[in-house]
Amino acid sequence: MELFAHLADGFATSLSPLNLFIVILGVTAGLFIGAMPGLGSVNGVAIVLPMTFIVPPSSAIILLCAIYYGAMYGGAISSILLGIPGASTAVATTFDGRPMAQQGKAGLALIVAATASFVGGTISVILFTLFAAPLADVALAFGPAEEFALVLLAFTTFVGLGGDDVLKTIIMICLGLALSTVGLDLISGQPRLIFFDQPGFYSGISFLVLAIGIYGVGEILYTIETSKSAPSVTPARLTFRDLWYGIKEVNKLWRTLSFGSFLGFFVGMLPAAGATPAALMSYGLSKLMSKKPETFGKGAIEGVASPETANNAASTGSLLPMLTLGIPGSPTTALLLGGMVMWGLVPGPMLFIEQPDFVWGLISSLYTANLAAVLVNLALIPLFVWALRMPFTVLCAIVLVLCIVGGFAPSQKMHDVWLIAGFGIVGYLMRKADYPMAPLVLALVLGPLMEKSFRQTLIAEQGNIVAFVERPLSGTFIAISVVFFLLPLLKYVKRSPRAQKVPNEPAE
Amino acid sequence: MNNRFTRRIALAFAASAALMTAAPAMAGDWKPQKPVEMVIMAGQGGGADRLARLFQSIIQKENLASMPILPVNKGGGSGAEALRYLKDKEGDNHTIMATLNSYYTTPLRTDIGVDIEEFTPIARMALDTFVLWVNADSDIQTLDDYVAAVKAAGGEWKMGGTGTGQEDSLVTAMLEKEFDIKVTYVPFKGGGDVAKNLVGGHIDSTVNNPSEQLGFYNAGKSRPIAAFTPERLAAFPDTPTMTELGHPLVYDMQRSFVAPKGMDPAAVAYYTAMFEKLNASEEWQTYTAEKSLAPDFLTGEALQAYFVEERAKHDALLGAMSEGS
Amino acid sequence: MLMADRIIAASIMALSLYFMWHATELPIGWNGKTGGPGGGAFPFWLSAVMFCCAGGILVRSYRGKKIQSGPFFDPETLSWVVSVAIALVVAIALIPWAGAYIALPLFLFWYLKVFGRHGWVLTGILCIATPVFLFFFFEVTLKILLPKGLTEPFFLPLYARFF
Repeated sequence: MELFAHLADGFATSLSPLNLFIVILGVTAGLFIGAMPGLGSVNGVAIVLPMTFIVPPSSAIILLCAIYYGAMYGGAISSILLGIPGASTAVATTFDGRPMAQQGKAGLALIVAATASFVGGTISVILFTLFAAPLADVALAFGPAEEFALVLLAFTTFVGLGGDDVLKTIIMICLGLALSTVGLDLISGQPRLIFFDQPGFYSGISFLVLAIGIYGVGEILYTIETSKSAPSVTPARLTFRDLWYGIKEVNKLWRTLSFGSFLGFFVGMLPAAGATPAALMSYGLSKLMSKKPETFGKGAIEGVASPETANNAASTGSLLPMLTLGIPGSPTTALLLGGMVMWGLVPGPMLFIEQPDFVWGLISSLYTANLAAVLVNLALIPLFVWALRMPFTVLCAIVLVLCIVGGFAPSQKMHDVWLIAGFGIVGYLMRKADYPMAPLVLALVLGPLMEKSFRQTLIAEQGNIVAFVERPLSGTFIAISVVFFLLPLLKYVKRSPRAQKVPNEPAE
Repeated sequence: MNNRFTRRIALAFAASAALMTAAPAMAGDWKPQKPVEMVIMAGQGGGADRLARLFQSIIQKENLASMPILPVNKGGGSGAEALRYLKDKEGDNHTIMATLNSYYTTPLRTDIGVDIEEFTPIARMALDTFVLWVNADSDIQTLDDYVAAVKAAGGEWKMGGTGTGQEDSLVTAMLEKEFDIKVTYVPFKGGGDVAKNLVGGHIDSTVNNPSEQLGFYNAGKSRPIAAFTPERLAAFPDTPTMTELGHPLVYDMQRSFVAPKGMDPAAVAYYTAMFEKLNASEEWQTYTAEKSLAPDFLTGEALQAYFVEERAKHDALLGAMSEGS
Repeated sequence: MLMADRIIAASIMALSLYFMWHATELPIGWNGKTGGPGGGAFPFWLSAVMFCCAGGILVRSYRGKKIQSGPFFDPETLSWVVSVAIALVVAIALIPWAGAYIALPLFLFWYLKVFGRHGWVLTGILCIATPVFLFFFFEVTLKILLPKGLTEPFFLPLYARFF
């Protein structure tokens, strides 16, 4: 009962008029920041952090949570409307969100994304409230070997994502992984693959640069070429009936949603993983379990709902190792951690005991911020849908400008803007030659984590490769990933005599 | 936005400006015209980043600068990216850089065409300290236990750190040489990650900054064995220093600010004064006390001399390390 | 189509070789001393796989297996794509020199007025509104400074006013 008393105290502060105002302000700001391609919760939190010294600490936490959630919701908006994932967590949302928008169902997709995010956020906040302390030990049990097994698992759930052409899919995976090694070799501390001695390559090739290049610039070039036959986006309308219909549709997906929330929370909780693998795994698994897997990638509602639930659940989950172990799972939580240090709090196992006011204030603001985010988001959907009704050339011009500015903003280098233009043009050509783009982007996201944990394990185990299978947790994950790898093959073999030509290409 | 200096501070920076040899005639009149870029030589979330953002927020809160200070992370290539960037900013009055020890180690390890002597030193804010840690569940209580355990493991002893060539790997190399032991050095992404893997039992010992282990230490999950400091740390009064145990191993991490080559001396004076005020602020003093940092403030020529001396020291250390392995 | 496929496959092979050459700067083999692969191993062997697969595509295209016919580019719209790409590159090249607040409105102007054939009113509104929005959203709110180039001095009073 102590728990509920703490929580009630927390709510008492987070529901004061000033704090409610702060929540709505923060959520709205976060939503727009997240909806901008290139900007995400990191930027929002980074800007607000110094301001939090001016307002009282309890309001500061609420403001940060509101921005954090708002940006998470906002990431889905650019994924759906523009087809550009605003953050790596929203990659999977583009796979079905973009086709839905092209079919004129942008409003529905946005409603589904918002409600799914809300469900994911809520379930994981509840899990967080109940089990935060004991779960910290699970996170501790995760060493490099387990990290590697988990990334492998995330990868294999995506095996079916490539196009029909196996060779081209393999090329794209390898290219993504190879690009992910650019920059610094963590293990030896040596720079590697510094092309043309450009200092910009020292920090590697960021996911955002590749995604904005390929999905932003490349997509626009592609649409310009094909636009004379078919318009890229069917104008969407939105009425209250649509809203109600969308919520009813989401209601039917309770199985996908609850599964995605649990998966998202647990994967997000593991220090290394975070929301991106969670969203990808959730998408891959719901495709695997779906009765109609062939609709995925062509605008399936589940394909929007499952990654959105998982990434929101995971971003709540990733607060857990930050609070209980002092380990940030993502750049955003790293900044939040920095903020806590500045307020004189020591994140770690003692935080829950020494600073209950802070912890429960934070948890209750998570509830408030999540609710505010879904309401503000739903209220703004007509505005976003209206934006899509702009003439095509106007929309393209604005998106290209946003690609340039959004590519520059995160690390403030012209180098990145040039890379975006390069990836855009090359991506456009390769896409025309039927090279699948999703494996490339995924490989770039998961690659660094995979190489690092693989090599760390081998160093720690003196080159003993059996170590991956010997350890119980990592052994289990590897076994599951083998199953996932074989499952689509089995299906394929079973179906192959009759229906060999079922394309399961993701949205592009 | 009122930025008049008090007489004490004006005197202080006049003194430091005099040290800078080029005495600015109109010092004090210069003010930043646009937001000041604070380049951070490390990625987001690391210890250096956190500290730089702490400075930024104190500056903003105490209104120490007339324009906002904007932190920008350029952590690529162990700081190589940041160093090259600063080199290209020659003569810019609106860029400062937060440094750590990779300020000298990175140019020593790979030739990136940067000579740190060309940069303009601003201020050294603190020296961060290092402590040897083990998991609280282990039987190791003293340094002798530790050395015996490492020897018994026969090279399979896992020492966590933040990467070959980083500060903790140098300390590890110093340990190996001093005690004639051999460890397996496992690199992780950041100090927090290292600390967590120690507590999770994935590695056997670490050389962490106290701030990175503090949370686990307070929870009784990790144990300090010895400190690489000249004197015992106030936060860990029971932990002996290496020196008092008869092994003179001292190593620290500097946290300083530098500016590009050819910055206007008046601007240098402005930033020096700003950091001087920052150094005197209550928040900073409390923070250093809590996190076991030594707030050794240093500016001007003395700081440059310190950099050059440290670079020579690290050159020797790195040389010894590559011979050893 | 076939030709384009071959050219792309060949370029990928060239790219892989370039990557492999770069990767050999670090050890590419199994590093016995520390355990596990060396720093160059991942990029090297991944590029090697890429090289082989691209080679496979090239070989396949000569084996006469018909994939698709028809021209690779749509001749009618190719010129549009090329002109947009060129405009984009020119705009990016202008940014460090003339500043984002000159280069981006110029790009918008070209795209809307010349390429999109929109009216003066719409073009004018967007060319003025976009930089104003960028300034207030990125610089004032998010504190992210965009490159100014030559136009830097004109912004000093704005900084003084808004920061």
